[in-house]
Amino acid sequence: MPKHDVLVIGAGLAGQRAALAAAEQGTSVGIISKVHPVRSHSNAAQGGINAALNPEDSWESHAFDTIKGSDYLGDQDAIEIMCREAPGELLDLEHLGVTFHRNEEGRLGTRAFGGASAARTYYVADITGQAILHVLYEQLMKFSEVHRYEEWFTTALVQDEDGRIAGAITRNIRDGAIELFQAKAVILATGGNGQLYDPTTNALICTGDGIAMAYRIGAPLMDMEMIQYHPTTLAGLGLLITEGARGEGAHLYNAQGERFMEKYAPNKMELASRDVVSRAEQTEINEGRGFPDGTVALDITVVPRKRIHEALREIVNVGRDFAGVDITREPIHIKPGNHYTMGGIRTDVDGRTSIPGLYAAGECACVSVHGGNRLGANSLLDTLVFGRRSGLHAAEAVHGLPLRDPDLAQLEDEERRISGIVDRDGSGRRVSEVKAELGKTMDKYVAVFRDEDGLRTGLDAVQRLKEEATDLAIDDKGAVFNQDVLGALELQFMLDNAEAIVLSAIERKESRGAQFRTDFPERNDDDWLKHINVSANGSEPEISYSDVTMTQWEPQERTY
Amino acid sequence: MADYALKIRRYDPESGEAAYWADYDVELPPERSVLDGILQVKDREDASIAIRCSCRAAICGSCGVRINGQSALACNTRIGEAAERARDGAITVEPMGNMPVIKDLVTDMEAVHWKKIRRVVPWLLPAEEPPEGQEYIVPPEAMLDVTQTMACIQCGVCVSACLSLEVDPEFIGPAALAKAYRFVGDPRDGEHESRLKDLAEDPHGIYDCTHCFACVEVCPKDVAPMNQIMRLRRKATNDFRIKDSNNGYGHEKAFVNIIEKWGTLFEAQLLPRSFGDGSLIKGQLRPQGAKQLTESLPTVYHGLKSGKVNPIKALVHPKLPDQKQVRRIIKEIESQDERIELNLYIVGEMAEETE
Ligand SMILES: Cc1cc2nc3c(=O)[nH]c(=O)nc-3n(C[C@H](O)[C@H](O)[C@H](O)COP(=O)(O)OP(=O)(O)OC[C@H]3O[C@@H](n4cnc5c(N)ncnc54)[C@H](O)[C@@H]3O)c2cc1C
Ligand code: SF4
Ligand code: SF4
Ligand code: FES
Repeated sequence: MPKHDVLVIGAGLAGQRAALAAAEQGTSVGIISKVHPVRSHSNAAQGGINAALNPEDSWESHAFDTIKGSDYLGDQDAIEIMCREAPGELLDLEHLGVTFHRNEEGRLGTRAFGGASAARTYYVADITGQAILHVLYEQLMKFSEVHRYEEWFTTALVQDEDGRIAGAITRNIRDGAIELFQAKAVILATGGNGQLYDPTTNALICTGDGIAMAYRIGAPLMDMEMIQYHPTTLAGLGLLITEGARGEGAHLYNAQGERFMEKYAPNKMELASRDVVSRAEQTEINEGRGFPDGTVALDITVVPRKRIHEALREIVNVGRDFAGVDITREPIHIKPGNHYTMGGIRTDVDGRTSIPGLYAAGECACVSVHGGNRLGANSLLDTLVFGRRSGLHAAEAVHGLPLRDPDLAQLEDEERRISGIVDRDGSGRRVSEVKAELGKTMDKYVAVFRDEDGLRTGLDAVQRLKEEATDLAIDDKGAVFNQDVLGALELQFMLDNAEAIVLSAIERKESRGAQFRTDFPERNDDDWLKHINVSANGSEPEISYSDVTMTQWEPQERTY
Repeated sequence: MADYALKIRRYDPESGEAAYWADYDVELPPERSVLDGILQVKDREDASIAIRCSCRAAICGSCGVRINGQSALACNTRIGEAAERARDGAITVEPMGNMPVIKDLVTDMEAVHWKKIRRVVPWLLPAEEPPEGQEYIVPPEAMLDVTQTMACIQCGVCVSACLSLEVDPEFIGPAALAKAYRFVGDPRDGEHESRLKDLAEDPHGIYDCTHCFACVEVCPKDVAPMNQIMRLRRKATNDFRIKDSNNGYGHEKAFVNIIEKWGTLFEAQLLPRSFGDGSLIKGQLRPQGAKQLTESLPTVYHGLKSGKVNPIKALVHPKLPDQKQVRRIIKEIESQDERIELNLYIVGEMAEETE
């Protein structure tokens, strides 16, 4: 039985940052990831990371932009911490070796991003997430004390008799062995759940595993209705064109050649908040001013070619390889697409969840710094700041504590559950079928525009799929690299996420941030300036509310 | 939509049976990827086929395989184009080369690729304490320059294609050496010389590459590992004058001197000059040169026997008719304050200027 003081599940930016922070405190750390750490989805972040580092900028300005961007649903104490700590975090990364873009003087240089009042996005060409992820992994290789479990899949969390976290049950993908990892603290850093939607910018591994595992043991999920649709994704595949393109000056046009953002956000134009731009695009498309393939056009040709090659190389490749378009010479067709989950496991500013000893950080957590809508380039920052804070806090908190005794029956139950899936005779639906239906359902009913009827239809479908997912057909009966059984486990995680999302969306009877209800089109601060929480108490999900923390910024009308 | 035939190399370590080919049909538009084809087979027909994949966009580096024998990422190889290149009408997909297979298309990258990456001390060893409260000040070009190797997604496709690795499995290999350049080219790193010395002295290091270009051709991210290896060599020889026991330094110098003198390679002089840091006389006088020359005699003998080395050609070698031009080019290059290095992030800039 592997034993660690601190066990980190997930090795994206949040997980690796947490592991390094905990290890620096001298605690024994294990880090688990279902894919090799550098394959984690953090590598997809192209645009950059926000920090008010420039002396002319201020953390207050960054915080205000974030709060306004969140449509006042973000918790201001957490946002203050994130924005204050951003410059230090960025410098730490630079010192570790991230090859950030420099200006002429050899100092860190910035680009503009949506919803921000200053150019405060730091970047590495358009491979920012990849560069940071690989540099953190360099540090992880250097810190040989951190034990890496690469290609291990966690299936459940375990508690001791008092309900304190005691470890996690994990399957070694390589040989199928199931192990109980014992730990004094567990940090979940398992990322988002974009795979609930089809299409999505998220990778195939983004299946909300950690969110579901925490939910299953009673941790409340918060702001789950807040699902971000990114304004510039490729139709069909859903691949992302970074906001960096608009940051560098690209324009949006409808099929009639109008720069339609003039109507929706006359001041910030293409660089308004994502929810605003996505709604504008979807309105144009719904009202018949889009292209026949249900898209509008992003024109990057207005950016100088030299600059495109230096700063947007990756999307030159994406355009060429995946859309057959040379973005330096012609506009590319895009539409809003599923991108990010603002909600997640509710935590405090040190990453603590409601379960003693269980922490969460990164996209799977909800601190909440993004509230109703996340600003571009704030997510990498969130993963790093709160990843580090969780790692530090966990390391200090477990100091001198004994290992907890997990209830070994949980391991047997889990083994039985998994072998039950593998040994099934194959009468039910295929994992891929159920997943495809879920994706289409979510994209249809729980997308940019929502209403009660649609959401109810969505909920019925999700609940039926949940039932069907208890009897899936499995082709692979083997132990080694059985991706079929992992797919079935992921699908069950996804369906728990979906249920929490739809329930929260039905509950919030107003429009705020990413949640736009056509039946309640206004923001209603009197009744709904509060977080919605869902928790699974026994098996029936339960809804509750929690307050939004305000420090110095009163809600205002939100225009761009 | 079009129909494609896929031939996938299957291997199940638990079955006790050898690997075999299995045939599948898929239906996809030609611009979709080979990965989409494989995923369609998994979704509709047989979910037990193992392949690592995640991003579907050539970012995560999971899906390296060999398609029609060529190492590539499955997600950025268009299925229509793969079908055009397929022999016998079926697109073949098999696991990457130079690595053991775990199951179907999944290889043991840890045992080969990651071991080699760790070999090059893959983390920054800063020259000085980081400046308090601010960043290291470094030239913007230097950061753009190492960003080309930072763009490596560690997919192992170059490792799969490398010909030297096939002959010498101990060769550090293209990806790891490109990773090494990421530090040697980074002005913040303080160990350039010792890193280079280490990689030059290692018999499986920078001088073990045979310039076959395979890695440059297959790399999906334009990292051009061979170019990075050549740059490591230039830094080792020109900047630090590292005289390694593999004689890479002498070989490189000899090569340049011969080209300067004759314009084309005078093979018979390459070996002796290599042992004299490029000079023929030094090479013949040096005791260690003489020893190594003696050790090379069997090779020379084989060369003579097979006709590759001709005793007359060994003594006289024609100069190029416009040898002056060659000298002019070499002078021109040497007169530059800075070496001209090819880098894709900077090429964009140059392309713009020449437009
Ligand atoms: C295309 C794209 C572009 C983006 N661009 C930007 C940007 O420019 N700026 C910005 O700030 N943000 C951006 N984001 C958002 C940002 O990249 C993510 O929110 C962030 O990287 C999430 O990091 P993470 O560490 O929380 O999770 P991830 O990086 O997703 O890592 C999750 C980890 O958990 C592991 N894991 C999951 N489930 C299990 C399990 N059951 N068992 C074991 N391990 C498990 C995975 O293997 C992985 O290691 C972008 C997102 C996308 C999709
Ligand atoms: S050029 Fe060198 S490193 Fe690259 S594939 Fe050929 S032998 Fe290997
Ligand atoms: S150098 Fe290119 S081919 Fe080799 S591992 Fe890196 S990205 Fe892959
Ligand atoms: S699936 Fe990520 S590189 Fe191919």
